Amino acid sequence: MTTTRLAITATGLRKAYGEQVVLDGIDLTVAEGTVYALLGPNGAGKTTTVQILSTLAAADGGEVRVGGHDPLRDPRAVRAQIGVTGQFAAVDAMLTGEENLLLMADLHHLGRREGRRRAGELLERFGLADAAGKLPSAYSGGMRRRLDLAMTLVGEPRIIFLDEPTTGLDPRSRHAMWQIVRDLVAGGVTVFLTTQYLDEADQLADRIGVLNGGRLVAEGTAEELKRLVPGGHVRLRFADPAAYERAVRVLRGAAHDDEALTLQFPSDGSTRELKSLLDWLEAESIEAEHLTVHTPDLDDVFFALTTEAGDAPAPTGAPATTTAPLKESLR
Amino acid sequence: MSTLSYTVTDSVTMLRRNLKHAVRYPSMTIPVVVIPVVLLLLFVYVFGNALGAGVAPGAHGHYVDYVAPGIILMATTYGSVSVAVHICSDMTEGIVNRFRTLSISRAAVLNGHVLGGVIQTLLTVVLVVGAALLTGFRPDATPLEWLATAGLLTLVIVALTMLSAAMGLRAKTVEAASNAPFPLTFLPFLGSAIVPTDSMPTAVRWFAEYQPFTPVTETLRGLLMGTAIGDSAVIAVAWCLGLTVLGFFWARSAYDRA
Repeated sequence: MTTTRLAITATGLRKAYGEQVVLDGIDLTVAEGTVYALLGPNGAGKTTTVQILSTLAAADGGEVRVGGHDPLRDPRAVRAQIGVTGQFAAVDAMLTGEENLLLMADLHHLGRREGRRRAGELLERFGLADAAGKLPSAYSGGMRRRLDLAMTLVGEPRIIFLDEPTTGLDPRSRHAMWQIVRDLVAGGVTVFLTTQYLDEADQLADRIGVLNGGRLVAEGTAEELKRLVPGGHVRLRFADPAAYERAVRVLRGAAHDDEALTLQFPSDGSTRELKSLLDWLEAESIEAEHLTVHTPDLDDVFFALTTEAGDAPAPTGAPATTTAPLKESLR
Repeated sequence: MSTLSYTVTDSVTMLRRNLKHAVRYPSMTIPVVVIPVVLLLLFVYVFGNALGAGVAPGAHGHYVDYVAPGIILMATTYGSVSVAVHICSDMTEGIVNRFRTLSISRAAVLNGHVLGGVIQTLLTVVLVVGAALLTGFRPDATPLEWLATAGLLTLVIVALTMLSAAMGLRAKTVEAASNAPFPLTFLPFLGSAIVPTDSMPTAVRWFAEYQPFTPVTETLRGLLMGTAIGDSAVIAVAWCLGLTVLGFFWARSAYDRA
C-alpha cells in the first residue's frame, strides 16, 4: 500500500462501563504528521477514545498501537511520545504560569537551564510572557487553555491528543488555538483531536471520523464526507403569495413551504445553474424576493449521520432528498 | 538514570510542589499550628488550676508539665486533616490526569504528598514545643532524650500521614476527606494526654489504656519529664510501625484505584 508511517492505529476498539457500551468496535488509522479529528455529539465516546489511546483507560477489546507501542502493555513507551490536553484545563491552580511549565520541565528531567529556556520560549510563543508570574486564576479561559497546551508541549511530544481544545473559547481564542495546531503539524507533529464543532474539523483535520453512539458512522476527508450527503440546494423566498403559487405550479418537483413562502431545489450552486434559474424567473415574470445558495457542509453530514438519543435526525436546513433537481424542474 | 533515581527525582519535584502549595494556601496550613497552640493555652491558663490539683504527681505540681507532652502529640494529628484534604482535592483536579500521561514514576505524586505532609507536621510540632516552653513547660530531658522524642514524634507523624493520605484518596469529596481523619484528632483526649487514665470510668479507662496514643503519650512524658516509661516505648513504636504499614498498603491500593 503506502509507505506512510502510522502514528496511531486501532482495530475493533471496545469499551464498556458496566452495562453501558461506550465504544462498540471502532477502527482508526492516523498517519504521522497529520491531523485526525474525531467528531461527535456529547456522549459519543470521544473522550473515552482519547483516554484509551493516551494510556488513561484500558480498552476491553481491540488492538491499539500509539507510536508503535501498545498503551496497555507498554504504557511508558507510549507516554514518552505523547502529550495530552484534556477537556478541562489540567494546570496547577496554585502555581504561576511559569512555575507550571517549570514543573513539567522537571518531570521531563530537562535540567535547570534547559527547563528555563523551554519555559521561556513557550511563554513567549503562546503570548503568556506578561502573565508568566500570575496564578492561573487570573487568566482568561483562552490563556488557561494555551498554558495547558504549552505544558503539554514542554516534553516535545510527537503525538498530541487534544480533547475538545476550543470548547468554551471565544472566536478569537479559538482561531489562535487553530493556528497553534497548524504550526504544530507544520513541525511534523501528529495531532488527534476531538471536537463537536464541524468547522473546527473542517478547518484543521486531514481526516475526520464521525463518532456516534460508540461507532464510527463515517470516515474520510472533509470533502469525502460532504459527498456522502446531498446537501447543496437553492432556496427561493417570495414576498407575494400569488407569485409563490405560480412558481409552485410550474416548479412541480421542488420542495415547498406554504407558510414561509419558500421553494427549495437541490443544486450544486454553480453560476451556470443559478443564471438559468434567474433567467427563467424573469421569463415567467415571477418575482422572488430572496435567493439563497446552500453548499453542502459538515453540518449536513453531522445531522444526517448522528442522532440525539431517542430523536430522529431532524435537519432544519438540510434538503429534502425527494425533490427533483433544479434542471429537471425547469425543463 | 535508573528507575530508582527517577523515582527519587520525581518525588522531590512533587515534594517541592506540595510545599509550595502549603505556602500559597495558608488557610489550610495555619489552623494546623493554631489549633494545638489554642488548646495548650486553654488547658494551661483556663483549666490548668483545676486540673493541676488532680494530676500533680509526677508533674512537679505544674499542670503545664503534665499536659504539654499531650498537646505536642495532639499537634501531630491536626496535620493529618490537611494531608487528607490536600490529596483529595488534588486527585479531583485535571493535573493528576496529566501526571498520569507522563513517563514519570507513578508513586511520585503520592510520595510528594506524604513527604510534604510529614515535613509540615514536623514544623508544626517544633512551633508547638516552642509555645509550650513559653507557657512555662520545663522539661528535664537530656539531648539524647530530645533526640528520642524527635524520633518517636516522626514515627507517629509518618503513621498518621500515611493513614490520612489513604483516607484522602478514598474520600469522594473534599468535605468527606476533611471529616475522615477527625477521630484521629480526638483520640488523644481519650488517652492520658490531658488527665491520667486511672481517673476515668472503667469502660473509658479500658479503651484509653489500649489505644495507641496512650503509650505514645506516656513515652513522651517519660522522655521529657522523667516519669516512668515501662513497656510504653516498645508498644508505642510497635503501634507506629504497624499503622505505617497498614496506611502504606491502604494508600497504595486506594491510589491505584483512584
